Parts: sequence; structure tokens; C-alpha cells
Amino acid sequence: MPKEITYLQGIHDAFYEEMERDQRVFLMGEDVGWNILGSSAGLRDRFGAERVRNTPISEAGFVGAAAGAAMVGMRPVVDMLIAPFMYCAMDQIVSVIAKSTYIYGGQARMPVTIRAAMFYANANAAQHSDRPMATFMTVPGLKIVAPTTPGDVKGLLKTAIREDDPVIVFDDCNLWTMTEEIPDGDHLLPLGRAAVRRTGSDVTVIGIAGAVAAAISAADRLADDGVSVEVIDPRSLVPLDVDTILASVAKTGRVVLADPSHRTLSVASEISAIIAEEAFWDLRAPIVRVTTPATHIPFSPPLEEGLYPTADRIVAAVRKVME
Amino acid sequence: MTLDDARKIEMLKRMLRIRMFEQAATEHAASGRIAGALHTSIGQEASIVGSCMALRDDDYMVGTHRSHGHPIGKGAGLRGLFAELLGKATGVNSGKGGSMHLSDFSVGSLGETSIVGSGLPVATGAALGAKMQGLDRVALCFFGDGASNEGTFHESLNLAAIWSLPVIYVCENNAYGELSSVRDVVSVTDIASRAAAYDLPGVVVDGQDVLAVYEVVAQAVERARRGGGATLVETKTYRYDNHAFGLPVENYRTQEEIDSWRARDPIEGFRTALAAEGTLAAVGAEELLAEVQAEVTDAVAFAEASEYPSPAEAYTHLFTNPIPLGR
Repeated sequence: MPKEITYLQGIHDAFYEEMERDQRVFLMGEDVGWNILGSSAGLRDRFGAERVRNTPISEAGFVGAAAGAAMVGMRPVVDMLIAPFMYCAMDQIVSVIAKSTYIYGGQARMPVTIRAAMFYANANAAQHSDRPMATFMTVPGLKIVAPTTPGDVKGLLKTAIREDDPVIVFDDCNLWTMTEEIPDGDHLLPLGRAAVRRTGSDVTVIGIAGAVAAAISAADRLADDGVSVEVIDPRSLVPLDVDTILASVAKTGRVVLADPSHRTLSVASEISAIIAEEAFWDLRAPIVRVTTPATHIPFSPPLEEGLYPTADRIVAAVRKVME
Repeated sequence: MTLDDARKIEMLKRMLRIRMFEQAATEHAASGRIAGALHTSIGQEASIVGSCMALRDDDYMVGTHRSHGHPIGKGAGLRGLFAELLGKATGVNSGKGGSMHLSDFSVGSLGETSIVGSGLPVATGAALGAKMQGLDRVALCFFGDGASNEGTFHESLNLAAIWSLPVIYVCENNAYGELSSVRDVVSVTDIASRAAAYDLPGVVVDGQDVLAVYEVVAQAVERARRGGGATLVETKTYRYDNHAFGLPVENYRTQEEIDSWRARDPIEGFRTALAAEGTLAAVGAEELLAEVQAEVTDAVAFAEASEYPSPAEAYTHLFTNPIPLGR
């Protein structure tokens, strides 16, 4: 029987099913045993405090410990709580986790999954609200996904846990309550496969993480005006499904990217560059990026509200490329 | 924990291997045949070998940027190590790591990680992994006095203490973090005393006395293996060479200081002791020296005769399960 789950439940179910399936999988992070984010309910009762391991507030220590445990055959899943906490463990993520397979000439397997929630648009100010997907895309040796539906987050997180390489799973807190009916059984989604969320012929809108919902909403509004928008959701950022993106660009010739990252060297920037290099002659208008401006995230809710890609901003961008 | 004669001879042999391997490496660096940074541990051989010999073959070990000696101490073959220094395809890391990342997983050497302090959490995690798998293996982490000022040192000791992990932290205090004296940058006289902050045992040992190091580390290993948790061992030792080969600055320490440490050379001291107790006959010493010299000569010849990796190798080993790369 297909069942309806929330995005947060999708994260929980992936943890649960993979821990059930493989004794080597264990979850660790600050207060995971206490279900602090709502995605690890009941896991400690089922699997015990050894495998659902509360850690001290020592990000470098426990992220590095995940690396060491992976090297000796475990499959750690690190719940960072929120993405900016990764900065405290930057050396372990960049210098150790991303590089060990390479610098040791393939001797080290690094099956480490890092779950990092992007916790923005909720008045927590600059230090807590980062969406650092692109920051980590600049580091070779990391696989990175940004799932946008309950089924996708479950399927990609399960795949991430089974990967023999490090995978960062960026979940988007604005999607936590989203619901979706997903099929029974072992729901796995391969890395590197984009989803076409809407098909269309006039403009390609490529949405990243939480901006996909805004892109779909923009597409619906534009359809009422007779503009046919195709919405592509890459889902997986490394590897990136370039073929699906270029096929859409070949069809529409117009591209808008909607990405909650800060504008400079954003996910949208990288995809824009790929399109410019590989599909320049398909373009009928300059590419437009709808991103978060290169300013910090302010606390005051009215100030924060307008900064991320909204349906309004995406509609305006589409109208611009249609001029 | 008495050592039979064969183990003592093996200790001496491994110390000689490290010394001669690094002498050969230094010559190669001087003649431009080794590219990049080269940090030798000449002078620190007793600390390395005394620690490594207290481990089983299947125990884990993590090293630092100054780690030619650590895999040798753990029992790695010399050929792949020297080939790695030369950047050859036959190198133990396939030419991807070089001097600062020598690593031989087949002997439990889980990598020499060159950012100071970065190996401490890794060794802690290896111990966690061993414990969670119900194995009675331990992890030993080498690091320097400088790393004891990194946050990872403190985070790791705390983790090991609260989770009672089978890990031995061996701080090779060679008196200088890069060029800075421990007296100027470390708040305590004995780094081992920092263990008290985490309710762990901290032991200071003469790092130039291989048997003393062995004794202390073997006790820590035994304790860890039976579930007694982690220990911090501080070996007081000294590197004869500069921080890195070719570094022009050497005025941060005095010749008298260097000479005073050279006068207590760990290899010479141990060889003399073994000869005095009759474990090593005079003829045996000569043979041992020749045997190790032959091993090093063979490793160097092997490395020199090996090919460089093909250019395409720059793109391999990025992942265990490869994906198309952006180039």
C-alpha cells in the first residue's frame, strides 16, 4: 500500500530502514537520540544508544570520528543538525573525508553520509541560516544531493548511506512538512538523475532545493498567461545530470535558475556556466539567475522575507527572458 | 611485558630502517629527486618503534606530516614507501600522497594526515569502529606537541573518555611545533598532564629509550584492549633535522641543544645496550646494518626504476564509486 509521508518522515524512514538493513550503519550527532529535529523519533529505542549516538558539541571531533570509523568498515551517518555547524568541522570534511580516498591512492573507502539541514527563512539570522551547497561543491571528492520531495529525500538518503563515498545530503527545512504518497518497498533513487517537475516549451526554470516549489508555483501562474515553463529539479548536484538540463535548454532556448544560495559562485552560477559553455548556440536570451543576494541574512522577518527566490521573482525573471 | 631477543633485534632493525630510509630520502631531496616538502623524524626512532611494536599487526595507526617512520615502524615494506616519495605509480599511495601522506592500510596504517591535529579524530573514530564491531583492536594516534594545541586534540580526548574507546594517543613531543618552542606555545610543562582534564591517564616517558616507550605504550594498549579506555602518552624526543628539508631558518634552536640530544642517540644507545647484554654480538651488529642498508638500497632502486603514473591517473581514486568529473 502506498503511504503518504512528510519530508521529515522520509528522512526518518531512510535512517530507520538502512539501520535495520545493515548493522554497520549508525547515526551520530548532537541530540539525535533525543530526536531534536523530529527526524530520529524512536530510533534510539529500536537500535540503542550505541548506534543512535548522542555526541558532545564537538563537530570536528565527531565528524572526524566518522571518517575513522568509515576507514575501518563502519557506515556512519552524521546528523549535523544545521548546515553551518559543518564549518566547525571544515578541516575534517575537506581535508580528511573528501581527500582520503584520493591521497591514499584508493586504499581508504569513505562511506560517510552527512545530513545537513538548511535552516533558513525562519528568523534565525545570518549564522544559522546558511545554504552552503555550492561551498561544498567546490571540493572534489564529495557527492552532494539536495532533495526536494518526501520520496526523493528518502530515496536519495538511502542511496547516500549505501554509497562507498562521502555524500552530503542537504535537506531544506522549508520542505519538512510537505507530504507525498510514496510506493511501498525499498525506495531508492540513484544519484545524478534530475527530475522534470513540469514539462514546457518556452522557458526552462532550473530550481534548487526549496526554490523548486517556488519555481513550480511560478510555472502554474505563467501557464495561465500562456507561457509554457519546464521545471527541472537536479536533485543531485554532484554528480549533476547535465544531459537532462541541456536537453531542456535545447528545447526552450531560455533559462532561469532559481537557487536559495548566495549569488556569488552559487549552484546556479555553476549550472549557468555549464549551459553557457555547452549550449550557447541554443540560447535565445541571456541566462537569468534568481538567487539570494550577496548580503547576510538579517534577523528581522520583514527584511529576511524578500531575499530568497520567490514565485514573484521567478515570474519576473521568466518574463525578462521572454522579452 | 618482557621482550625476547628476537623482538629486541626487530626493534633495532626497524629503527635502523627508519634512519637509513630517511637518510636516503634526504639525499634524494638534496639532489632534487624528491619534489615537495620532506619532514624527517631522524632522532625520534625510539618513540616510533617503541610505540608501534606494542601493537598487533591488525591494530590501527594514524600518523602526521612527519610520518615516514610510522608505517615503517608498523611493518610496511620500504619499496612502496620510497616509490611514493618519488611520486611513482608503484608508490604505496599510487603517487597521490607523497611524503606527507604515506600510508599502508595492509599493515593498519590508516594514513598520515598532514594538517596538524587532523588525525586525532580519525584515530578516535577507528577505535570507535573497532569497538562497535566487537573487535579487540586498538587505534594508536601519533601527533606532535603542536597538535596538542589544536581543538581536535581536546575534542578527541573528551570523546575517547566519554565513550571509553580503545585508543592510545602518543604525543611525540620533539620540543618544537614547526619553529616554535613548546616552552613558548604550550601552557603546561608536560603535555601528558592535559589528560587529567579528560579524566584519562597521562604518562610521560623518555622518548629516546625504545624499551621505556614500549613498556608504557604496551601497558596502555593492554588497558585499551581489555576495555579500560584511552591513554595519553607523551614521549619526550627530538628531531635532529630542521622542521622541513631545505628550510632556510635554523636560528630558533642552538647547536648545543642539538648536540646534547645527538649525544643520547636512541639507536646508538639501544645498540650499545643490546651489545652489553649480549643480545647483539659485535658481528651481529655489522650484519644487521648491512641487511638494513641492502633493504633501503633495494627500495631506492625499485623506486627509481618505477614509472611515473600516466596523466590519466590524476583523475582516478577520487571516489571508490566513480562519477563523471567536471574538467
